[in-house]
Amino acid sequence: MSRAYGRLVQAQIRSQTQYRTSFGVDVASCALSTLVEAAVVLVVFRVSPTVGGFGLREVLVMSALAVFAFDLADLLVGNIERLSLYVRKGMLDAILVRPLRVLPQLLATDFALRRIGRVAQSSVLLAVVLVYAAPHWTPARVLMLVLTPIAGCALFAAVFVTGACVAFWFVESGEIANAFTYGGKEFARYPATIYPGLLRRVFGYGVGLALVGYHPALFLTGHADPLGGPDWLAWLSPAVAAFAWLIALLMWRTGIRHYRSTGS
Amino acid sequence: MTFAFARPLRVDHPPDRRARLYRFGALVGAGFRRWSTYRQAALAGLFTNTVFGVMIYSLMRALTEDGRRPGGYDAAQLATYVWVGQGILSVVHAWTWNELADRVRSGDVTADLLRPIDPFEAFLAADLGRAAYAVLARMLVPVLAGALMFTMYIPQRPYTIPLFVLSLILGTVLSFTLRYLVNLGAFWLLDARGLGAVWLLASGVFAGTFFPLRFLPDWAQVVLWFGTPFPGLFQIPLDVVVERPGPAQQIGSVVLQLVWVAILVPLVLRVQRAATDKLVIQGG
Repeated sequence: MSRAYGRLVQAQIRSQTQYRTSFGVDVASCALSTLVEAAVVLVVFRVSPTVGGFGLREVLVMSALAVFAFDLADLLVGNIERLSLYVRKGMLDAILVRPLRVLPQLLATDFALRRIGRVAQSSVLLAVVLVYAAPHWTPARVLMLVLTPIAGCALFAAVFVTGACVAFWFVESGEIANAFTYGGKEFARYPATIYPGLLRRVFGYGVGLALVGYHPALFLTGHADPLGGPDWLAWLSPAVAAFAWLIALLMWRTGIRHYRSTGS
Repeated sequence: MTFAFARPLRVDHPPDRRARLYRFGALVGAGFRRWSTYRQAALAGLFTNTVFGVMIYSLMRALTEDGRRPGGYDAAQLATYVWVGQGILSVVHAWTWNELADRVRSGDVTADLLRPIDPFEAFLAADLGRAAYAVLARMLVPVLAGALMFTMYIPQRPYTIPLFVLSLILGTVLSFTLRYLVNLGAFWLLDARGLGAVWLLASGVFAGTFFPLRFLPDWAQVVLWFGTPFPGLFQIPLDVVVERPGPAQQIGSVVLQLVWVAILVPLVLRVQRAATDKLVIQGG
């Protein structure tokens, strides 16, 4: 069965690399966008020595962790955004009748290879930032560094899937999901201290996005949380990601059962 | 198959200017009505714009701690910059637009070329209709939301609001012209997605949607303002409305937008002529 998914991904890769010039430019500009995001942090620190009580070093670590986790999730499941298209046009019917699971099938069918450029860049960026920030490495910090992008990627992926499920009920409301996916990345890149209370509670601890960049970066750089959060908070990221997936899969099941095709 | 469509753009337009204006207006109205059917999408967009507005403004406010003035803006001016900015994002629409490129790929563009109206003019009219709808559905609410939550800068000079409206229209025309140019690339590449990605990146960074361009070093600002049309999409309308520059520079920046329109529109028309001359109909 996994061979079938592999074939679907392969077919996608072949078709996406057909227009070679266009594909090359696309990969390159995807990769550049990561550099731009790092540059934004530098520009922000050009006009202000601190942001929310943190220096360049800490914010760069936060930003690099969050962007890497997001780009990874975007490569793997980002294209689930196209679900609304499938629902609107009734194309989901074709997916439903095949003897394969629906979610993996959609992910394989819409796999966007060009996003690999972005993941490559953001992993390099993370490495460079860590060399620059030069934390004092301990076994616990190394483990945190390995754990955070994986859990962060899983969390963002769950957010992508949950957001896409909105399309089962409101076909044209895809943009709501953007507030939590792209908005979630934006949120996770900067210290949680800069946000107003409500936003911080909902995005940071409701959705769990403070555990993707902010708390792990505090742990890695040995900075105490000015908001009074305990040290061990950053270790909760896998549990939060698992819980988010539980909700995502529940939403997905309900959504699929709610789907009634287009009727035309 | 190319001969019949090789020079459709040389078809003479009706000489009557009033008829032409009427036709343009009708297309603007059609564009407006087309977008006004997506009410659910507009609501979803409002929510997203508002969330992003709070996030971006939080960052900007953190930069003004201790009375700092990043890029010469105070906190209230930055609030107006961010919230009016969220509002005009979908008016200017400096994002992906594939309508023409898709029609080139599928071959449908032949129908556009056979019509007795220049496709650039027809698509521009439809886009202005879309922008007019976006002003009502997507711009006013985020600005109100921002004004309710935060202290915003209110323009002091009497002519600022009309100047802003003019600047916003020019920004939309610039944005459309550049999008159209990117789509014309499909005539050569068939798949304009790569070009589109470059455009998306450039318009995002160089127009000032990520951060006000005045945060950059002086030399970079000079290069961007005079070497590229991008500040005209976003930064100039917003600087006009927050009255960041003095009156002379405020009016001068709108003139700069006009200059870019005067450069780019003839350029696009020339590229379009070259594109249609080499057009091969797909699947014919």
